[in-house]
Amino acid sequence: MKTRSIASLLLTTALTFAAAGVASAQDKTVKIGALSDQSGLYADLGGPGSTLAAQMAVEDSGLAAKGWKIDIISGDHQNKPDIGTAIARQWFDVDKVDVIVDVPNSGVALAVNNVIKEKNGVYINSGAATSDLTNAQCSPNTVHWTYDTYMLAHTTGQALVKAGGDTWFFLTADYAFGAALERDTTSVITANGGKVVGGVKHPLNTPDFSSFLLQAQASKAKIIGLANAGGDTTNSIKQAAEFGIVKGGQKLAALLLFLTDVKAIGLETAQGLNFTETFYWDMDDKTRAFSKRFSEKMKNGAMPTMVQAGVYSGVRHYLKSLEALGGNPHDGVKVVEKMKSMPTEDDLFGKGEIQPNGRTIHNAYLFEVKKPSESKGPWDFYKLVGTVPGDQAFTPLSESKCALLKK
Amino acid sequence: MTFRGTPKGPGAGSMQALYAQLLVGLINGSFYALLSLGLAVIFGMLNIINFAHGALYMMGAFVAYFLLNLGGINYWWALLLAPIIVGIFGMILERTMLKFLTGLDHLYGLLLTFGIALIVQGVFQNYFGSSGLPYAIPDQLKGGMNLGFMFLPIYRGWVVVFSLVVCLATWFLIEKTQLGAYLRAATENPTLVRAFGINVPRMITLTYGLGVGLAALAGVLSAPINQVRPLMGADLIIVVFAVVVIGGMGSIMGSIITGFALGVIEGLTKYFYPEASNTVVFVLMVLVLLVKPTGLTGRAA
Repeated sequence: MKTRSIASLLLTTALTFAAAGVASAQDKTVKIGALSDQSGLYADLGGPGSTLAAQMAVEDSGLAAKGWKIDIISGDHQNKPDIGTAIARQWFDVDKVDVIVDVPNSGVALAVNNVIKEKNGVYINSGAATSDLTNAQCSPNTVHWTYDTYMLAHTTGQALVKAGGDTWFFLTADYAFGAALERDTTSVITANGGKVVGGVKHPLNTPDFSSFLLQAQASKAKIIGLANAGGDTTNSIKQAAEFGIVKGGQKLAALLLFLTDVKAIGLETAQGLNFTETFYWDMDDKTRAFSKRFSEKMKNGAMPTMVQAGVYSGVRHYLKSLEALGGNPHDGVKVVEKMKSMPTEDDLFGKGEIQPNGRTIHNAYLFEVKKPSESKGPWDFYKLVGTVPGDQAFTPLSESKCALLKK
Repeated sequence: MTFRGTPKGPGAGSMQALYAQLLVGLINGSFYALLSLGLAVIFGMLNIINFAHGALYMMGAFVAYFLLNLGGINYWWALLLAPIIVGIFGMILERTMLKFLTGLDHLYGLLLTFGIALIVQGVFQNYFGSSGLPYAIPDQLKGGMNLGFMFLPIYRGWVVVFSLVVCLATWFLIEKTQLGAYLRAATENPTLVRAFGINVPRMITLTYGLGVGLAALAGVLSAPINQVRPLMGADLIIVVFAVVVIGGMGSIMGSIITGFALGVIEGLTKYFYPEASNTVVFVLMVLVLLVKPTGLTGRAA
């Protein structure tokens, strides 16, 4: 009995010291959770590459030399909202994560958005497309980097309608992302005098699009809008070529296309496609230098996609804000407010800012896929066609329905 | 929020559009038939539920890709070589692992082959990512023809004809030839067949190789249509298992007919109610199992 009480006393003392130790070092510890699709159809555009981008951002921040302790963990949400939220909850409750980054798949992203708000964490989303993250479902804990469906609709969509593509048929991925992209593009089409003549909602991860493509072909629409992403987009484009859709005079609008998708389709089939991204590795010396470092660390030597670049850029800005705060307050709203108060600037996205609704504003670029004869290397795919300044590409605050703006 | 009253595509109800969807269904059915045939052969002769089938199908496509890009060997040779190469890989699997499962519960075979599939997919994914690699349609089969009711890519037509020929040849080999008779006898009573001087273990290994070769062949056929992706088999194999269950485990002709038929039914679903196209096969499976638990052409176990 006596030994037991001594033991428990010792244990209590040890615990007290341990707790005190944590408290004193607390303000300079950060834990980053990279939540992504690690093995499915979005794994190449985010996935392990996004975790790597976060690691590089931590290294480049130089905070470790200044006494900060920054850890990164990663998780696989498997494109399922329930798994995504379960991981997020565990990260906040058990692993004491401060910030969750990446999270492609709009369905998962919106579900995780609620958890982060509830737990007062920080959310730097780069992978998801839905503009709802900074609009109807905006949150004081959320910053949306890189791109969104509003931007895609108002760049690629608008350019195509203005070039005469006034009738559209949609192939839409049947979940939050596809619905948001179709909705935002439709409003651009009708605002510019065009018309949507039909559409099909297909299940996520569909291997064969021929049935849907035949319906699109029969619709006689001038533009077939692909409101899908990743493997679904590559399969649509490849099979559309097979069914002679482009040769028949209809034009494909790849509303969302990533570098890794173009690699997967091959230039032979992808050449001539017009689309929008906010980052391309071969823009200037700075992006080339970053991308070279990134590619050397990737297993398959892949160049970074805009999503992965956005994770890097977002984490850099997050750490800058923490440094400006002088420590980590572990208070999501406070950190995000600081992030919004500082202009963003880095080697990948240039100068920008975060709007009160959480939307990051930076340039968007219209690209065209090169012909095989124009490509000089394994990742030399894009020709720059035009630049859209951030304030024209993203939702104007006057149109945003975000509740944070009505204070 | 835009909402279209009915999810039907334009031109719904026109006979031309219906023919087109039937033909497209037949094309997808070709892959189901080739894959479920391989599964049926393996189950019928080895009594193993081969969950590695999807991974081996994927390997077939990757071998075709490597042959073309590393060896400069074209599609036509790949049709011959890829099944042989993957078939040999399968036979090594059989000799080193699967043969120890003889006489054990089905569950062991299922677990072992499923594990093999996960390892193979993981290794490929590690090195090639998930979005896949492009494989061009061979020049001789490029382009398409206008059938009046639809534009048929020549390559798709080729897939239907070729897989039908391969399926029927396999059926003929097993059901109508001397070799097939030995095979079927060896499944019924291996000891007796061995007494006649026939090397049963070697025959079983070759049979597994044949089933695996069929999967690899389907992989080569699908390479130009789909991306060559590590998960291409995993996405397909669940549907193919449903096909096998509906057709009846181990029935050669049953698996061929069900494969084509389900492709057509799935195609029609894509036309009338696209949202359900991923689930219709499983709904059918439940219905068939409720009415006839051994499958449409299956024999009682």
